[in-house]
Amino acid sequence: MKKRYTLFWLIPLIVGISLIPVVTNSVIYRETVFLILMYITLAVSLNIILGYTGYVSFGHIVFYGIGGYTSFYLMYKWGIHLIIAMIIGGIVSALVALIVGEAVLKLRGAIFAIATIGINEAIKSLVTNLPFLGGATGMFFNFKIYKTYGGASKAIWFAYYLMVIVTIVTLIASYLIKNSKFGYGLFAIREDEDAATVLGVNTKRFKSIAYAVSAFFPGLVGAIFFFKAGNIEPEDAFHLVKSIEMIFMVMLGGFGTLSGPPIGALLYERLKGVLLVNPLFKNLHMAIAGFVLLIIILFAPGGIVGSLRNKFKKLRGLLE
Amino acid sequence: MILKIQSITKRFGGLVAVNKVSFEVKKQEIFGIIGPNGAGKTTLFNVISGVYYPEEGKIFFNNKEITKLDCYKRARLGIARTHQIVKPLNELTVLENVMVGACFGKTNASLKESILIAEKVLNGVGLTDKKDILAAKLNVPEKKRLELARALASGPDIILLDEVLAGLNPTEADEMLQVIQKIREGGITILMIEHLMHAIMKISDRIIVLDYGAKIAEGTPEEVANNPKVIEAYLGDPDLALKFIKSKENTL
Amino acid sequence: MEGWLAAIINGILLGLVYGLAAIGLNLIWGVMNVINLSHGAFIALGMFCAYFLFHLAGINPFFAMILILIIGILLGMISYFIVLHRVLDAPELSTLLSTYSLSLIIIGLGTFIFTTNPRAIDIGLGSIKILGIYLPISKILTGLFSVLFTLLLYVFLYKTWTGKAIRAVSINRSAAEFMGVNSTFILSLSFGIGIGLAMVAGCLIAAIFPFTILSGAVYELKSFVICVLGGLGSPIGALIGGLILGLLENLFALKIPVGYIPFIEFVILVIILLVKPTGLITKR
Repeated sequence: MKKRYTLFWLIPLIVGISLIPVVTNSVIYRETVFLILMYITLAVSLNIILGYTGYVSFGHIVFYGIGGYTSFYLMYKWGIHLIIAMIIGGIVSALVALIVGEAVLKLRGAIFAIATIGINEAIKSLVTNLPFLGGATGMFFNFKIYKTYGGASKAIWFAYYLMVIVTIVTLIASYLIKNSKFGYGLFAIREDEDAATVLGVNTKRFKSIAYAVSAFFPGLVGAIFFFKAGNIEPEDAFHLVKSIEMIFMVMLGGFGTLSGPPIGALLYERLKGVLLVNPLFKNLHMAIAGFVLLIIILFAPGGIVGSLRNKFKKLRGLLE
Repeated sequence: MILKIQSITKRFGGLVAVNKVSFEVKKQEIFGIIGPNGAGKTTLFNVISGVYYPEEGKIFFNNKEITKLDCYKRARLGIARTHQIVKPLNELTVLENVMVGACFGKTNASLKESILIAEKVLNGVGLTDKKDILAAKLNVPEKKRLELARALASGPDIILLDEVLAGLNPTEADEMLQVIQKIREGGITILMIEHLMHAIMKISDRIIVLDYGAKIAEGTPEEVANNPKVIEAYLGDPDLALKFIKSKENTL
Repeated sequence: MEGWLAAIINGILLGLVYGLAAIGLNLIWGVMNVINLSHGAFIALGMFCAYFLFHLAGINPFFAMILILIIGILLGMISYFIVLHRVLDAPELSTLLSTYSLSLIIIGLGTFIFTTNPRAIDIGLGSIKILGIYLPISKILTGLFSVLFTLLLYVFLYKTWTGKAIRAVSINRSAAEFMGVNSTFILSLSFGIGIGLAMVAGCLIAAIFPFTILSGAVYELKSFVICVLGGLGSPIGALIGGLILGLLENLFALKIPVGYIPFIEFVILVIILLVKPTGLITKR
């Protein structure tokens, strides 16, 4: 079997970055790295349905929102511990993906993309109108909730460490899928779904599973983020722009690769961080992102990792 | 009798693409399907492989009825096919393409096993030196061989070949015919759609002829070549008719 | 009873505007199988063009719309060569993302230049009373012009040589080329007309509602629903789809809290996509 070394540098890199705030005991670094880890996890999850299976989920942020709301509600109403609430949040997201997928995965290409936007908007508007979820204003934590974790400050560090673990787990899951029979089935679906069926791939089931798995991890991320934030509202939880950012990160890094999405996420977050602080570029970051995306689509559709793999064949074992 | 097609009819709206077609294929036979363009040959293949369900009729494979069986399950049972317009998995390498065949067909191999199977099959069709090249980068004859290799890797009992010789020059076509013979010798039954008259006459054990969706003749190549109904059907296509008559001379 | 009547009339007027807003998207989708994600951005651009033409040059939107149509066609043709020409034959994801990136650029620059403060145009035409209901005259005019543009597009597509060339290219590009049609020019023109109509719709909407740079997005989403309802490539279908949507919105608003309406619209969208992905009222 071909040697695959990507995880050997990718995971230490993530761990290394994650240790910076710990070692420096800096809240600012922690916040930055937390965001980076979030973006990485979201991009890597989206890549499973987008990059591996070829189904363009434009409204993927909906699963982040569902996980966030489920988990927040469980903690808010019944004081459930974050870890359990988070896992339930992920499972609920995956279940919604399974149910919605039954219908929506029958669609192809751009129509599927539009339908996923529709799902995000539909669920956002549904949640906005459900009083027990706080309606349009959402829900707020009473700071008492953080007592179980040793106070607000400790709770946030706890959330941080949890995020690190979730990120690494997601990366490993992505790696395992890519190097499994299941993954090969997904690639076959992406390349030619009809040929895949004729070759014996149970495309319906594989797509469903891929969609559910790609929904589970954003659910976890949503749970952790909103726990840390202390409040949740529909605009934040189902923010369509975040969905597009996820797609951007996957395309920038390299669609369908293992290391592409994390690299894309890292670059995007840093770029955004730099631009938002600069007074001139602050309001232009959307236009700049659009411009960069256009350049990628027109001239380097494989993203950074894809282009590197094409140019430097020897690096392929390292850059999956 | 490995495959039994019983009075299959397939309609698209008002058009009857396949009209009450019946025939049986014996194990390890090379069975040819010919007919003028638009006769319904590829549609028949699509019905057998499960892309379409027929409006009437039944299909039996190894004595099991598969008429309305899911397409992907038929591969598991041992039915493989190639397509008239090849469908390579473009961004996967040649090796990976064939691995997919081995993983999801009747062989149902694990990922590790599929690599060995794929390498062996690629050797058989002569694509070993291209195994790490992306499928998109192959030329047409190579893509056809890849499609065949992928079908073989699934370990089928029967392969449906849809114009596998189209676009090949005479040398390439002869090589492909030899490969097909070897496949049959390996125990696999072959069902072939072909326009290359001399080739299909030379290689088939039996042939059926379709015209406007209906079967108009069935028999050995000699029987079919001398059948007046067949010649009449092809007169509608003078080019093919000429080739047909020429191919008769080859079988005599 | 009066509530129903008002709902129906407003639904029709609004629906006509929705229809016009959707026609551009519908045309582009039908002709080159591209879902133009910059549609909303150009609607917003049209709104701002109308605003500045009114406040700086004193031109009434109902006159400015001709100018805006021309500007839109030109902008659209240029945009075609920048974002679509290279990727038209690539997988669908490419055109989705390239048009989306155009949207990001326009909205990004727009937010930077215009900020998200709401704007409005008040022409001051007043209202008239029809069937016991007060209707702003600008609303009526907007509805009428929507119908007019739809009919103009229909006549253009079916009665002029260029229009026929467009339809030919949308059915079979290579065959059209054999007939001597410069398909690249036709495609860019089609995109241009689609964009032009989006901007005109923006202009007309600006005449009756306040707006921000972000307002286009709402109409873009509604346009998707309408295209699916009305079928692709059919201007009349888009108008009918718009009418249905406008009527549904206003009738539902009578009985259901307004917040639920987007949810219902999207459920309808997804259901139709599943049942009949080619649209409810297609000719093809």
